[in-house]
Amino acid sequence: MEQPLTSQLVNLLAAFLLLIAFAMLSQRRILTLIKLFAWQGAALAVSTALVAYSTGQAHLYFSAALTVLLKVMLIPWVLHRLIDRLDVRWDVETLINIPATMLIGIGLVIFAFSLAAPISEMASMLTRSTLGIAMASILLSFLMMIVRRKAVPQVIGFLAMENGLFFAATSATYGMPLVVELGVALDVLVGTFIFGIFFFHIREQFDSLDIRHMEKLKED
Amino acid sequence: MEIALVLAVPLFGGALLALLGHKRWAPELNALMSLATLAAAALLTARVIADGPVTAMDEQFFVDPFNVFLVALTAFVGFTTALFSRPYMRIEEHDGRVNAARLRLYHSMYQLFSFTMLLCLLANNVGILWVALEGATLSTVLLVSLYRTPASLEAAWKYFILCSVGIAQALFGVILLYFAAERVLGPGGNSLLWTHLYEVRDQLEPTVLSLAFVFLLVGFGTKVGLVPLHNWLPDAHAEGPTPVSAVLSGLLLNVGLYAVVRSKVLVDGALGSNFSGDLMMGFGLLSVVVAAFFLSRQKDIKRMFAYSSIEHMGIMTFAFGMGGPVAAFAGLLHMTVHSLTKSAIFFAVGHASQKTGTQNMADIRGLIQQSPTVGWGLAIGSLAILGMPPFGVFTSEFMVLTTAMHEHSWATPFLLTALGVAFAAIFGKVQPMVFGETNARRLPHSPALVPVFVHLALVLMLGLYIPPYLVEWYRQAAALIG
Repeated sequence: MEQPLTSQLVNLLAAFLLLIAFAMLSQRRILTLIKLFAWQGAALAVSTALVAYSTGQAHLYFSAALTVLLKVMLIPWVLHRLIDRLDVRWDVETLINIPATMLIGIGLVIFAFSLAAPISEMASMLTRSTLGIAMASILLSFLMMIVRRKAVPQVIGFLAMENGLFFAATSATYGMPLVVELGVALDVLVGTFIFGIFFFHIREQFDSLDIRHMEKLKED
Repeated sequence: MEIALVLAVPLFGGALLALLGHKRWAPELNALMSLATLAAAALLTARVIADGPVTAMDEQFFVDPFNVFLVALTAFVGFTTALFSRPYMRIEEHDGRVNAARLRLYHSMYQLFSFTMLLCLLANNVGILWVALEGATLSTVLLVSLYRTPASLEAAWKYFILCSVGIAQALFGVILLYFAAERVLGPGGNSLLWTHLYEVRDQLEPTVLSLAFVFLLVGFGTKVGLVPLHNWLPDAHAEGPTPVSAVLSGLLLNVGLYAVVRSKVLVDGALGSNFSGDLMMGFGLLSVVVAAFFLSRQKDIKRMFAYSSIEHMGIMTFAFGMGGPVAAFAGLLHMTVHSLTKSAIFFAVGHASQKTGTQNMADIRGLIQQSPTVGWGLAIGSLAILGMPPFGVFTSEFMVLTTAMHEHSWATPFLLTALGVAFAAIFGKVQPMVFGETNARRLPHSPALVPVFVHLALVLMLGLYIPPYLVEWYRQAAALIG
């Protein structure tokens, strides 16, 4: 079936998004992780703008601009400042068993596609195949939060999950109502700042940003 | 107009206390703002009693029998908790656990937390409800870590991560819901309004909605503290300041459940089956049983009552899952009485642990000797929460049990066992804390125990007599939930 160019481009960007999600899963350096997160935001913004262009939904342009502002510029900048202040810029995390994590990731992608299949049938032509990818990148970010043992990468995983959710919104429905999108963006922003405050508190108390120190509260 | 007032007062209070929250009289200002919120909520309630359901601001906000009593309850418990927090936080400051700067944060966030919960209840837009619920997490997370101890930081981090991830699932559910609604109602903000969605609920795509409900239940269920999504709850309750535990248990869990039940109504209409009800019954029953068995293993008093909250939220979820007018009525009544009783218990527990300087139950002894009011407050509150007649909790639990026997008899043994185990656990631990030789000290500020007895009196009243308009709201809301 012949698809219009914009649709193909959106699919390409979706694939790009998924690739970045996998790259994040295996990345050990915090600095590179932030770069990847910014790239993911950029891909998300471009795809939103493309959907806006081909469907003529003006409010999606606004949403794309918001994504660029927030997720490509502001949040990565805040994260850079944070890791500078915390002096963890060159931190390298020891990840155990990257191949196994990757295999679980592939399993999650297949699961996401099968879950999304009946819904994709009903979705609009332009973005039909992307809902599965959106769900897959949400699940991959989820996996990343589970396997990471340090605070900063966990938070980046959370933000990447938010990216996946936004992508799901544009791919399934041409974006949520503007007021909702603004509210979500506000929550994400406030959340990032609170995470930032937290990093300092955690470091002050535990002398490290390793979450392993924070597993004392358990049922005995 | 009244709706705008209910929302504007706590928002303004949050801003005001961000500037003045460190002053000596800030606790009074905090209570005053909460009182103003309660007055606004009373105006709104009077309006609803007179005119019936209202919508405001281009239908963006609405009040119907289901949320009006929750708004009144939230404003009321918000006010009494502010009264309790006045001496409580002063004693904490006296003991050097908080300083003026943290009190400013505390007071400001307390008001913002009230605002987000009221916004959640009043918002007609599902998306705004989501935003407000996430806002409620954001505003309480720094309250949980207020003492900056390693344990409180750990609890707050867990709370933040788990609730954010949970609520992200709910956002996916909202997106799916919008996806289904948009095909019927067309794109734009209005296709996410509860009132519009209810009108077309039988036309919504069933496959999408059933998937959406799973995500919504998991997402909002994290906030409700349903097992197995409950891990954050005991830690956050035990490590934060007690007024925060009281509002978390008494109010936030209710708001989460409110969101779940609203979604259920929608999905039931679209599916025409009991898919959502079965899921809720499963989660509810699991929560009741697991929480009951965890109760007896607790050593920390606030942790124990946190598990009791999980148990009671399980009972409500189970009741709403069963559906039908009686069970839904019981669920709504239980929401009310649990909220009042549990916050009263936390007030008493807060002062008890201040008196003895510990939250470890083995070290709390003979409260009644040193302070009869704290002792009796804890004893009566515990009896009320355990479902002793003539308190309101008994009435609602009795209705849930009889309906369960009638319609889902397989579930009754589980429920009865869990209630029995919970009784043995809590009663056995509260009794030595209340009676016996005392090790309690006098507090530097006189404790606020009026809220405890006001709450317990209300619970007692609801066990004996429910005001007619409240019955009418419960009935109408139960008919809606069905």
